[in-house]
Amino acid sequence: MSIEETEKEIVEEFDMFDDWMQKYEHLIDLGKSLPMISEGEKTDDRLIKGCQSRVWLKSELKNGKIIYTADSDAIITKGMVALMVRVLSDHTPDEIINAKMEFVEKVGLTKHLSPTRSNGLLSMIKQMKMDAVAYKTMG
Amino acid sequence: MNRNRINIPLKLLYLQGKSPLFRIILNFVFPIMTELKTPDISIIDIDKIRADFPILSDKVNGKPLIYFDNGATSQKPIQVIETITNYYKHQNANIHRGVHTLSQEITVAYENARATVQKHLNALYSHEIIFTSGTTESINLVAHSFAKQFLSNGDEVIVTAMEHHSNILPWQMVCEERGALLKVVPINSDGELILEEYKKLLNKKTKIVAVTHISNTLGTINPVKEIIDLAHAQNIPVLVDGAQAVPHTFVNVQDMDADFYCFSGHKLFGPTGVGVLYGKEKWLNQLPPYKVGGGTIKTVSFERTEYADLPLKFEAGTPHIEGGIGLAVAIDYVNEIGLDKIAAYEHDLLEYATGLLQKTDGVKIIGTAKNKASVISFVVEGLHAFDIGTILDQLGIAVRTGHHCTQPLMTHYCIQGTVRAAFAFYNTKQEIDLFIQGLERAIKMLR
Repeated sequence: MSIEETEKEIVEEFDMFDDWMQKYEHLIDLGKSLPMISEGEKTDDRLIKGCQSRVWLKSELKNGKIIYTADSDAIITKGMVALMVRVLSDHTPDEIINAKMEFVEKVGLTKHLSPTRSNGLLSMIKQMKMDAVAYKTMG
Repeated sequence: MNRNRINIPLKLLYLQGKSPLFRIILNFVFPIMTELKTPDISIIDIDKIRADFPILSDKVNGKPLIYFDNGATSQKPIQVIETITNYYKHQNANIHRGVHTLSQEITVAYENARATVQKHLNALYSHEIIFTSGTTESINLVAHSFAKQFLSNGDEVIVTAMEHHSNILPWQMVCEERGALLKVVPINSDGELILEEYKKLLNKKTKIVAVTHISNTLGTINPVKEIIDLAHAQNIPVLVDGAQAVPHTFVNVQDMDADFYCFSGHKLFGPTGVGVLYGKEKWLNQLPPYKVGGGTIKTVSFERTEYADLPLKFEAGTPHIEGGIGLAVAIDYVNEIGLDKIAAYEHDLLEYATGLLQKTDGVKIIGTAKNKASVISFVVEGLHAFDIGTILDQLGIAVRTGHHCTQPLMTHYCIQGTVRAAFAFYNTKQEIDLFIQGLERAIKMLR
């Protein structure tokens, strides 16, 4: 599935919910289902420092595609992190660099990306793209 | 007016309406001892007060706003809002400059505002009141000017473990610049300062003590008078960070004998961007200006500048004029209600919310000092404060989550952050009920 297709799928998924509480319940479920990074791998170099919730991001290149794994100590943040991983993981560095991530606005999560929310999500997207740039340069 | 009430525990003010024995003690014995005027909680006209704050009728995320983030900033009564708009509509001119009528009138209004602050803090002179941009600037001013004049290699500065970063970083910076040492008064598990440790830290090398009056995270009311007396016994001046205290309690700088007292207008129902530094004349006269420019001088030549007298020496540039006059209106507003009644009413809210939170499954209150202002920080077992704050926000309930700019305190309690509900006199028990319901719902969703 392309990045755009996954984004479309997520937008449709969130459209099913009537109110914001249900959307948050869905985010919490997504957060709970995200494979965790083991405690030993939650190292400082993988930590994306937000003001409140902490996010860890791990990326590996396999067969020309980047596999992301991520975790957060806050469950709603983890749900949002899960969405990012679902959209960007298992794609080539070029695809990731060019991803527009428009689903964030369509789903109504934009306010969580403002710098004042300080949940590390904005920094996480930046870090995911920077990792892609790094792998591209290496490759 | 009797301004000695600052030292009377809020709990006593609260209890006076509860127990017959306390009522007797408070109504008959205590007034003789302290000339205390007994406050009556019921005298607060909550409906009238709430109607004065337009934002309290707003909806957030489709729900009526419940605003419990008063520790971060308070809401503004219509009287303050109208003062600011009226200033721009009819009064706008620069102060201390023009001969024209508008300039003269606003200069008088601004200096009257200074006098209002002086009276409110019971300062000896109005020139001991310096208008700043807020508590942070007030502390920075003192730290930098004081260090320049008095701090040398090997000297010591004392702060406490419960300080806001704003009362740590300026001192840390000047200590690093001057080769001085920053010493920290520890706290006990309830979140109270350990005064025995404080006494041990005071010595000949100590040049200044900086302490918060009320902890923004824990709500602890510190025994500032005792802290000041102990420092003064060794001729050490004390700066008190009053940012969290002024909205909740009387402050009498002369009775307390504080050398410096700082607060922000926006936490006292006044405008953002204006604050106050009170300093004893003898200290302010010894400190060099912190920033210089228009308004701070007597004469200027390229060879030499003679600086103005207090308070202008410390007020470079055009000040926050509407902020100053708006702050004075806010002060008049709280005084009209009565800070003794406000303290009693808020303490009632604190006791009510504390009781309900203690009964909520998994909740642990952080900060259980005997003497507390209406601030409650708590954690919920297994859950992140950010998640709880996010769900409460969806329900229209504004709380603060995170480390509250007190990271050393979080380290002390081995936590990442807390949820903080800070109540003001416009909050109600009904709002607390809705908050508890929201919290229970959030816990259920997140578990």
